[in-house]
Amino acid sequence: MNYQEQNISANNFEDCIKCTICTVYCPVTPFNPNYPGPKQAGPDGERYRLKKPYFYDEALKYCLNCKRCEVACPSNVKIGDIIQSARIKYTKSKPSLRDTMLANTDFVGTMSSAFAPIVNATLKLKPVKVVLDSVLKIDEHRQFPAYSSQKFTTWYKKEAAQKQDRFANHVSYFHGCYVQYNYPQLGKDLVTVMNAVGYGVHLLEKERCCGVAKIANRLVKEATRDANINLASIRKSVADNRVVLGTSSTCTFTMRDEYPHLLHIDNADVRDDIMLATRFLFNLVDEGKVKLVFRKDFHKRVAYHTPCHMEKLGWSVYSTSLLKMIPGLDFVALDSVCCGIAGTYGFKKENYKYSQEIGSALFKQILSERVDAVATDCETCKWQIEMSTGVHVDNPISIVAQALDVEATMKANGVSI
Amino acid sequence: MKYDTIIIGGGMSGLVAGIRLRKAGQKVAIVSAGQSALHFNSGSMSLLGHEQGRDVANPLVAIERLHPGHPYSKLGAETIRKYASEVAPLFAEAGVTLKGSAERNHYRLTPIGMFKPAWLTLEGYASVDDPKSLPWGKVLVVNVAGFVDFYPQFIELGLSKAGLECVSRTFILPGLETLRKSATEMRATNIARVLKDEVVLEMASQINSYLKETGSDTVLMPAILGLYDENPIRLLRSKVVKPIHLVSTMPMSVGGMRAQMSLCKYFQKLGGTYLIGDKVTAGRFEDGSLKAVSTQNLGDMPLEADNFILATGSFFSHGLEANPTSIYEPIFGLDVEASEHRPEWCDMDIYKKQNYMQYGVVNDDDFHVFLQGRRIDNLRAVGAVLSGCNSMKEESGGGVSLMTSLKVADDILNGKGGKK
Ligand SMILES: Cc1cc2nc3c(=O)[nH]c(=O)nc-3n(C[C@H](O)[C@H](O)[C@H](O)COP(=O)(O)OP(=O)(O)OC[C@H]3O[C@@H](n4cnc5c(N)ncnc54)[C@H](O)[C@@H]3O)c2cc1C
Ligand code: SF4
Ligand code: SF4
Repeated sequence: MNYQEQNISANNFEDCIKCTICTVYCPVTPFNPNYPGPKQAGPDGERYRLKKPYFYDEALKYCLNCKRCEVACPSNVKIGDIIQSARIKYTKSKPSLRDTMLANTDFVGTMSSAFAPIVNATLKLKPVKVVLDSVLKIDEHRQFPAYSSQKFTTWYKKEAAQKQDRFANHVSYFHGCYVQYNYPQLGKDLVTVMNAVGYGVHLLEKERCCGVAKIANRLVKEATRDANINLASIRKSVADNRVVLGTSSTCTFTMRDEYPHLLHIDNADVRDDIMLATRFLFNLVDEGKVKLVFRKDFHKRVAYHTPCHMEKLGWSVYSTSLLKMIPGLDFVALDSVCCGIAGTYGFKKENYKYSQEIGSALFKQILSERVDAVATDCETCKWQIEMSTGVHVDNPISIVAQALDVEATMKANGVSI
Repeated sequence: MKYDTIIIGGGMSGLVAGIRLRKAGQKVAIVSAGQSALHFNSGSMSLLGHEQGRDVANPLVAIERLHPGHPYSKLGAETIRKYASEVAPLFAEAGVTLKGSAERNHYRLTPIGMFKPAWLTLEGYASVDDPKSLPWGKVLVVNVAGFVDFYPQFIELGLSKAGLECVSRTFILPGLETLRKSATEMRATNIARVLKDEVVLEMASQINSYLKETGSDTVLMPAILGLYDENPIRLLRSKVVKPIHLVSTMPMSVGGMRAQMSLCKYFQKLGGTYLIGDKVTAGRFEDGSLKAVSTQNLGDMPLEADNFILATGSFFSHGLEANPTSIYEPIFGLDVEASEHRPEWCDMDIYKKQNYMQYGVVNDDDFHVFLQGRRIDNLRAVGAVLSGCNSMKEESGGGVSLMTSLKVADDILNGKGGKK
């Protein structure tokens, strides 16, 4: 008899027992009085919205989509999904020019990389920021990530591509917009580390932005188009026995979970083959398939920050376990709380103040720990923490790369290329 | 991933066992699907509060009279006495102050103005030795305007029945203006986030002026402060000129959340791994032992360990589940002690004894569990998922969780009760 199961909708909103636990863990509620909170915005509101769309509340836009409510809920209610689906379904207004601009991270990236020095200089200029602030409602206090003059793929094709086929094992790499346009070094670090343990790193046939920013800004059609292009390439890669690694917790989470939950695209056949590089690498080491040899002269005190989507993935254990393997690394665990930026959210003028308030507890803890660097798996967390604390932030893969004795590691794994 | 011990469930039971094992140097991971019953805690842990409908005065003595299948009977009074004295110091290390004695119950004040037996009570909460002679004199009950999860009228009624004079007042705090805009956000835990530092000082001065106006001797207020640590409570107590005590509110429980977060932080500070928001879905058994468990998030990378502890709680936390025809343990399908006849599960009179409350997983004298009649050598159960006690009726929930967790952790450390 399974009539109970058949009465539960996709996001389990009927399972809500009104305990309010989610409200306690929502990072927005304590700071933004206009936000109704996860319980009301999620399962409570859904009941009304199903009756009449009229009950839709525009204040749902204040949700960060961090999913910390879902992690805390004892009843497995998909609160964040309910809220994002409602935003997509019921919002009347079209996304603004600003939201469209912020959402098109790859388009803006392409434009900016071509003119990187100019863009970097102008985005720092006061008059430019004032225009951004007043015309586009992008907060003038926000520091923009610098754009790199050489795209990751340009570097890869020139410097790395030729030798990748010579390795015994192979993976594909979903680099994402951030590595492509802002920080190719992370992609280079991944290639270094994977090559050192005998894995060739390959690009996907086609890669588009994972779509997280488009989903957040309700550009669903565009996000769906990109998602299908990505999945087609991922399927090819998986058919070639190459798992797809990412270095961004958000891109990885989006492709695994937001594609089916919010875009309703079935990815079940390849979902398990999309994963973070730290998970893949940790598992190789843990199963004794590869060895990492670290440099004796590496000494750093590093604090790990758990990005919200990493918390939802439940995978920070892989990144932190990898970091803890480095003998010269003095590991500090930070409380798992939201940094406040939530992708494009913190760029918007109406959110900037809340964004900084939400992150304040984290910034305080980082500064009090007197670390050399913060490690985290999310690029927007990196911008937010660097801007707000001045402490340098790196992806765990980059830290592994810095600490790795590449030659000794290649030798230990019998790699000779 | 390989650990010495994997604990399934990160409520009070799982955390206490985890802390014990980690302190002894074990490599420990806790997997916890969601938040725990501690979020609903009354501010007190009970060891044994009721026996055949009467209040228990000395739990250690009354424990000797329990039926043989009860977890306490399996432990024995001496073991319980020993562990009972270790609980408060363990919580203190985690930054949680508990007061009370296992040899003599005290009484806590419930949100509806009644007194119930308790063993250990959290810092700041109202407790008395004997409800028949209350030491409070004239009582001032204060509440924050707009906070609806606290009913001063019930407290007043309860106290006036006990012969005390009682007055109530509400105050408005500037720091709460933003919260008040949305009535549903005036919850204990949201208020508690705001009540610190200067806001507490402001609150103290308002309370002091009410004390002067009403000539009261003692203040009672809802437990709406001290979410992250005990400092706001201490600050308030040092600034209010008369004794002030907290009364538990409707859930969420601020004190219980503080305990949960503090224990969790302490476990992680000791180097334990806490996987929150993940759910154990299955296990791999070989030859009467559990080899590995898989979780929703870790997917095809199972967690291996020498020992496993099941601390998944009762129905409320999904450690047990029911469908229209059966009651079962959802992860492994372990043997469960429960009636097969649905009408026996519960009594339609909600105040009567509810049989389902004492259902739980079948377990032996060392709390090993069984799968299709076969004992699992390295899987033990602790806390609310155990069968054999009706913790609501007996007021024994906190005690059973703490005692069984400490015992099982020690057995694992001593290599006891393994393969037979
Ligand atoms: C509403 C309520 C109020 C109570 N108040 C009091 C009180 O005031 N005083 C008192 O002494 N006792 C009280 N109790 C009794 C309480 O059960 C115990 O005190 C104690 O807190 C139980 O702890 P536990 O760790 O065994 O279970 P829980 O606190 O229920 O924790 C179980 C944990 O296991 C997790 N879990 C379940 N299934 C899985 C899975 N498959 N994978 C991973 N994790 C899983 C759950 O998410 C949960 O976090 C109360 C109980 C309830 C339900
Ligand atoms: S935590 Fe889950 S069950 Fe509780 S109120 Fe929120 S959605 Fe409902
Ligand atoms: S997803 Fe994050 S911001 Fe949105 S309701 Fe949940 S906890 Fe709050």
